[in-house]
Amino acid sequence: MSDAGSPDDLPELPWDAEDGPVFREPWEATAFAMAVRLSEAGKFTWAEWVEYLSTEIAAAKQRGDPDLGDRYYEHWLAALEKLVIDKGLGSETELAALKRDWTEATVHTPHGQPIELKKRTPAG
Amino acid sequence: MAHDHAHNAPPSDTAMRVKALETLLTEKGLLDPAAIDALVDTYENRIGPRNGAKVVARAWTDPEYKKRLLENGTDAIAEFGFSGVQGEDMVVVENTEDVHNIVVCTLCSCYPWPTLGLPPIWFKSAPYRARTVIDPRGVLEEFGVELSEDIEVRVWDSNAELRYLVLPQRPAGTEGMSEDELAGLVSRDSMIGTALADAPAG
Repeated sequence: MSDAGSPDDLPELPWDAEDGPVFREPWEATAFAMAVRLSEAGKFTWAEWVEYLSTEIAAAKQRGDPDLGDRYYEHWLAALEKLVIDKGLGSETELAALKRDWTEATVHTPHGQPIELKKRTPAG
Repeated sequence: MAHDHAHNAPPSDTAMRVKALETLLTEKGLLDPAAIDALVDTYENRIGPRNGAKVVARAWTDPEYKKRLLENGTDAIAEFGFSGVQGEDMVVVENTEDVHNIVVCTLCSCYPWPTLGLPPIWFKSAPYRARTVIDPRGVLEEFGVELSEDIEVRVWDSNAELRYLVLPQRPAGTEGMSEDELAGLVSRDSMIGTALADAPAG
């Protein structure tokens, strides 16, 4: 903590209401739950998870992200993607193809109808 | 400009990355979508600081329970059925006349989910993580907690192995109150150490 400067140099603490929503958007909840379930299933240990998440948070700080806690689940997601790839559960290519397919499907699905993956890009 | 309102707006990049991960893991049989929904529902609706408040109120009214809680937090908390992810190794630290405890996670945001739910935004923020270690009294003042100089402030840094819960002091004037009524005085922040337990109304 020696590089953190004096208390006066540090920004104000961000606040939230005591009873605010736990997740602000559905994807945050899904990302949260995926990491917990994969850890429960033994795909990685919680200590490994903490290492990946704290690495992401530290990297964000290096990039100049003020890290006020509101982008926490973005770090969470980035850590999860890396851990999934490093553990061999999936590849970057597979994830990129699926992301492209989901984006296509979302844009081309009439509003109000459930979005489904119909067209699939072969990965690799 | 031609615009077809029948179609959806371009989705957020982040949301699509989550969909991609979810599909990948589901198709490989590594993830059950129903288990994801169940977990989200649990955290949104059933787990929260009310769990921790019940533990604190029991400790205030039952000296034997308090002894167990301070000796082995994980087991004593599990007596209520509060256990699981991020609640495996709980250490309960007691506030007294001489000592005030405050909890932080300097690495990321390790937090006792089964007793407190998910952490508030400020707990996850860099300023809280950094300042609590350097200047805990300053942080406490910002939360409206002014402690006299002769009270020792202890900072506990949670990590992947250990998570801390503060046992706040029982407020004065609560002698006749039931365990349920006492639990109503125990806020989330009082169990992180950034607040004291509430005074009884009236």
